[in-house]
Amino acid sequence: MSRQRIPLITELPLVIWLVLVWGALWQDFSAGTLVFGAIIAYVVVNVFYLPPVELTGRFNILWLIPFIGRFLVKLVAASAEVFWLALTRGPRLRNAVVAVELRSHSDFLVTATGHAISLIPGSLVLEVDRSTSTLYLHCLNVTSSEDAEVVRRDVLATEAWLVRIMGTRADLASLRAEEARR
Amino acid sequence: MVQDVIVSVLLIGGALMSLAAGIGLTRFPDLLSRMHAATKPQVLGLLLFLLALAVENGSWVLVPILVLCWIFQLLTSPVSAHMVGRAGYRTRHLQRELLTLDELDDIVAKAADEVDGRAAGDDRARTAGTAGSPAGQDDSPTAGPPDRSEA
Repeated sequence: MSRQRIPLITELPLVIWLVLVWGALWQDFSAGTLVFGAIIAYVVVNVFYLPPVELTGRFNILWLIPFIGRFLVKLVAASAEVFWLALTRGPRLRNAVVAVELRSHSDFLVTATGHAISLIPGSLVLEVDRSTSTLYLHCLNVTSSEDAEVVRRDVLATEAWLVRIMGTRADLASLRAEEARR
Repeated sequence: MVQDVIVSVLLIGGALMSLAAGIGLTRFPDLLSRMHAATKPQVLGLLLFLLALAVENGSWVLVPILVLCWIFQLLTSPVSAHMVGRAGYRTRHLQRELLTLDELDDIVAKAADEVDGRAAGDDRARTAGTAGSPAGQDDSPTAGPPDRSEA
């Protein structure tokens, strides 16, 4: 079964990423390694290809840097929280499964958000509903509906950051409109 | 000297995170909360260890591969946690009385009923029965799923 060709521009980010991985693995970023890596990456991408990742065509590095900072701070906070809960609560811990409906319907962004929130507000993605882009999260130490509301707000804030970094133009516009309404 | 202090602080921090994961694994009550302990502190712990390696090594040659290590950890750890969590939730390896709120329960039940009402119901009863009682006294397919009675 043959598939339609993917234009080079769509697979270019993947090829570049593979070349960087190749260079990092050899611990050598000289021209020879990179050229050979590029050939291997091109072959790999074309012979063993996966379904194409639909990027959104936007990438804003100015939002990425503060996001990484926020991510690291929150990661430390989340780890400390798990440590603290393990020490003080342990077996008496109470949790909840919270549904959060995301704004974006792009698979790429839902995946990115799912990854980010698995690590930062202390939640675990149990299930994803693609049709409504709803994430079902297992959250530690949620005892009331206010706590669940805090989790929801936190997840939507993380999604808003990711939309600003690499969301589609439509998502960004609706996010702006939502903020203007507030 | 300063380098040694930084490296030791980072290594001790990383080791503490491993300790946190260990304590969490033994003290948390069910599978899903244990998955939290196995993901978050571990990712931070690995970051601290890799930073310690980078500082100790003192050259830029090692940095790309350390970054790569951490990126792969970042990419794989949520996925593995999701897969274990999803499988655990569906096979009822969780203590439902520990959940204060469950917004997924109805949706999973509805989807299962839509796909195959009777077979799914029997299946659920069986897995819920074995998960609820290790001895398996009420392991009969006729007994309704205990966690569905209040819904």
